[in-house]
Amino acid sequence: MGIFSGKVALVTGAGSGIGRATACGFAAAGALVALADIDLEAAEDTAALIAQSGGKCLPLRADTSLAEDAAVSVAKTVSAFGRLDIAFNNAGISGGRPGQDDFDEARYDRVMAVNAKGVWLGMKYQIPEVLRGGGAIVNMASIAGLTGVGAFAYTASKHAVIGMTKAAASRYAGAGIRINAICPGAVDTPMLARATAGVVAPPGTTGPLAAAEDIAAAVLWLCSDQAKFITGHPLVVDGGILAG
Amino acid sequence: MSTEGLEAFSLAGRVAIVTGGNRGIGLAIAEALAKAGACVAIAARDEAAGKHAAARIGDKAMFIETDVTSQDSCQAMVRCAENHFGRLDILVNNAGIMRASRAEDTALADWQAVLDINLTGAFLCAQAAYPAMRRQKAGKIINMGSLAAIFGTAAGAAYACSKGGIVQLTRSLAVSWGPDNIQVNALLPGYIESDMTRRAEAERPGAFDAKRVRTPAGRIGRPEDIAGAAVFLASRASGFITGASIPVDGGYAIQL
Repeated sequence: MGIFSGKVALVTGAGSGIGRATACGFAAAGALVALADIDLEAAEDTAALIAQSGGKCLPLRADTSLAEDAAVSVAKTVSAFGRLDIAFNNAGISGGRPGQDDFDEARYDRVMAVNAKGVWLGMKYQIPEVLRGGGAIVNMASIAGLTGVGAFAYTASKHAVIGMTKAAASRYAGAGIRINAICPGAVDTPMLARATAGVVAPPGTTGPLAAAEDIAAAVLWLCSDQAKFITGHPLVVDGGILAG
Repeated sequence: MSTEGLEAFSLAGRVAIVTGGNRGIGLAIAEALAKAGACVAIAARDEAAGKHAAARIGDKAMFIETDVTSQDSCQAMVRCAENHFGRLDILVNNAGIMRASRAEDTALADWQAVLDINLTGAFLCAQAAYPAMRRQKAGKIINMGSLAAIFGTAAGAAYACSKGGIVQLTRSLAVSWGPDNIQVNALLPGYIESDMTRRAEAERPGAFDAKRVRTPAGRIGRPEDIAGAAVFLASRASGFITGASIPVDGGYAIQL
């Protein structure tokens, strides 16, 4: 399609699941893609997939909860590809099971550090670069950012992402950066598999399961010119769970 | 995602109906759907404007004279599109009117006309389109809401109610027809340059200045802003999005 030809995108959590599918989507649509992941080997595996299809990319190791890593990811991206137009702050963790780990303080701190502060740090270092030519940022939230059914820390972190997305969107809309959040329901990813391993869900609590590609397609659209007047929106991609 | 995955954004081989597709946002949507590969039936009351719009799009477009407040007319619209193009994949419920008046001055006939066209019309068209989409085990319905669905409107209670109803119609149809692989979503345009807003600005100069200032993007929208969102919601790429109401508003709804 080539709709992102000449654009540079940075994807965090690009080593698996939604991050990998989205990074591959950006590359297939012509973008140069920086692939940040806490697991460098996983980022390199995604890089190999992209290289196989003839795309250009840069795998990076980054813990998004650390300011230095967030800064270095942006610096290396700009150094390799000359600019930054698009960022997908996707890296996140589930932080354990609802009901079991709700008051585990160490888990709370880690979940907030990765899911909420990680997005905030991402924007902090990405926005100055994106401001140069305008562009789009998508932050990973969840339907847990709009409802109250999940684990405490995860739910709080995703509400935080939606709040900071709206505030940042409002601040930078006039400067040519659109900032939206994406709110998947259950998605077939390694993170979900780990979080629900051995858990038998109570009847009625499971909705339809998305493929990572379903979420990736929505992220690509939010970053494209087709969505050029959409900003500050938490886009729900849940197969209708919240509708009913 | 493979390059094949990007094909999911294409509308090649699809057939769409756009109600109120003869001008403004509806015409921009019809043009964008056609450009993305779809055949488009423009359904509207105004024959001259409708035929002109279809001609402007070219061979892949046709005009169907339609009154969305009539169940018979909506069913005839779907039959006509199916007969002409062989199938029906996409319905854009865009036909709508606005009659500005304060609640205490609103005539019952105006209240009913607005609800009949904007809300009942969308329901009747969706109902008429359902059998074809169910048969194909796939369908896309895009309802035109408005920011008036989420903000109160001092001079348009009927309009706001009709658009609030669109949001609930969208959720209800999404839940009802999800098992048939029919996705139903709404777009909520902010203030968009159109014949309707131009008339309002002619009547009340500066009517939208405050909206421009309150919109983070610093401008009001254009019909093509809505069209880009409609193309996505019409494509397989949005296959897991249903029941959603998406503001296309330059960030205006952030204030909620």
